[in-house]
Amino acid sequence: MSSSNDSIMLEVKNLSKSFGPVRAIRDLNFQVNRGEVFGFLGPNGAGKTTTMRIVTCFMPATSGTVMVDGMPTLEREMDVRRKIGYLPESTPLYNDMKVDEYLTFIGEIRGLRAAALRSRLDEMYAVCGLTKMTGRLIGKLSKGYRQRVGLAQAMLHNPDLLILDEPTSGLDPNQIVEIRQLIKNLGTRKTVIYCSHILSEVSATCSRILIINEGSIVASGTPDELMSRSGRGNRYLARIRADRPRVEPVLAAIPGVSSAGVKSSADGWHVIEIMTSENADIGERIFKQVVDNGWSLAELRHETASLEDVFTQLTRG
Amino acid sequence: MQNIMTIFKKEFKAYFLSPIAYVFITVYLVVTNFLFFQGFFIINQADMRGYFGLLPWIFLFFVPAITMRSWAEEKKVKTLELLLTWPVSDVEVVAGKFLASFCFLGLSILLSLTIPVTIAILGNPDLGPVAGGYLGALLMGAAYLAIGLWVSSLTENQIVAFIVGVVVTFVMFIVGSPFVTMAAPSRLVPVLTYIGLGSHFDSIGRGVIDSRDIVYYLSVISFFLFLNVRSLESRKWE
Repeated sequence: MSSSNDSIMLEVKNLSKSFGPVRAIRDLNFQVNRGEVFGFLGPNGAGKTTTMRIVTCFMPATSGTVMVDGMPTLEREMDVRRKIGYLPESTPLYNDMKVDEYLTFIGEIRGLRAAALRSRLDEMYAVCGLTKMTGRLIGKLSKGYRQRVGLAQAMLHNPDLLILDEPTSGLDPNQIVEIRQLIKNLGTRKTVIYCSHILSEVSATCSRILIINEGSIVASGTPDELMSRSGRGNRYLARIRADRPRVEPVLAAIPGVSSAGVKSSADGWHVIEIMTSENADIGERIFKQVVDNGWSLAELRHETASLEDVFTQLTRG
Repeated sequence: MQNIMTIFKKEFKAYFLSPIAYVFITVYLVVTNFLFFQGFFIINQADMRGYFGLLPWIFLFFVPAITMRSWAEEKKVKTLELLLTWPVSDVEVVAGKFLASFCFLGLSILLSLTIPVTIAILGNPDLGPVAGGYLGALLMGAAYLAIGLWVSSLTENQIVAFIVGVVVTFVMFIVGSPFVTMAAPSRLVPVLTYIGLGSHFDSIGRGVIDSRDIVYYLSVISFFLFLNVRSLESRKWE
């Protein structure tokens, strides 16, 4: 094995999965490097969960291969399962067990015994903030604590690859921040795949993002790359007092501007939307034009395309 | 093996985590004791033949109640999705669940041993048929359990699992009884009698422990556990 392959934790090649006539994922290809937090993004029903079910050996693919840490999932299923910690969407847990009972059971399933199990459990309680909850029934826990139990379940055996499917769904904003922080901390030591349909979520935690839609990859890269790739240029909003017929052609004539249009007008003030063709910084030029024409400028706002824009643009097709 | 034990321990404990186990055992003991002692003093005989005659019918409703939850609940709460990504094979999970349900049934039967003890105090029963009856009850119960578990793996609704479990077990029981064999074409009679769950129980209950009956029950158990594994694997099919 070359050293370049050692840095790859997960390798997905030509992966397809069909359920009868429905093709859930088509020909996916991507790699996740060791030690990165990888965002796996797509609208609901895009094939995220299906892909993760294949990676976690829940079900096989129709065609294509998945390699986890250099091991093919089909041939070395049990070894792959041992490498992975998985938190499915909706956090399924045994509701009539207590937190410590449940996690002890998970530890035994993962082959941890006696002292090793004890010390891992204590570590998980501390990391996930469950120390005071160990004696509680899982069914009586709040959504946030359930999520922590689910995370503890996934991390108990210290897996190399951690797969989290929508880990913050249904949490309140404070809990989201906490879980996000937890994942960020983990990402310094582990490989994490973070599935979500919420972009801000992923852009805050992930170093690399893959966006899929209807089973195919539509974009991938760092959050910054994705934003600059949107190809939409920048948008300026200016509120100007001017005579209506002249304002549009004058602004549209500024070098770098692709279009300028009045969005609304009131009392002689016009709110004008100015689109640039590329990432040109034209704030100063707009200001100059306003001054040269003897108009007044009340507001000038520069908006870069947000990841949300990129996402909707890419997934709406 | 280690994995089977882990699953077994968790599943067996799970029965006692909800009130269902206690309700189940209580009702089971009340019903069996009532049905037994109802006739015992009238007939005034120190044997348990009548009791073992009733047991298949009591099991018909009690055993699917033990197994209905096993898979249906896992499917409904979606814990199955997580369970089947742990480093445990499908066979190990099925074996663990079956053993747990078997031990639970065994415990219920153990607690009902007050009946033969009472008889032994009051009279002088022939212990052969009694021992045979209990062995038969365990084997037949295990076969019912295997059927119930398989049915539970087909649905995510416990009630459906219970009712279908009762129906399938009933059919498996009734095909070998005179009620059906009388009406069936004569060539099929031996086959039907062999397949039926009841006829083998009757012969063990007479105190005759024939390896054929034991082999029969073990095959029924294996067959339905195999179907259970297959139904788990069905997630992998196209």
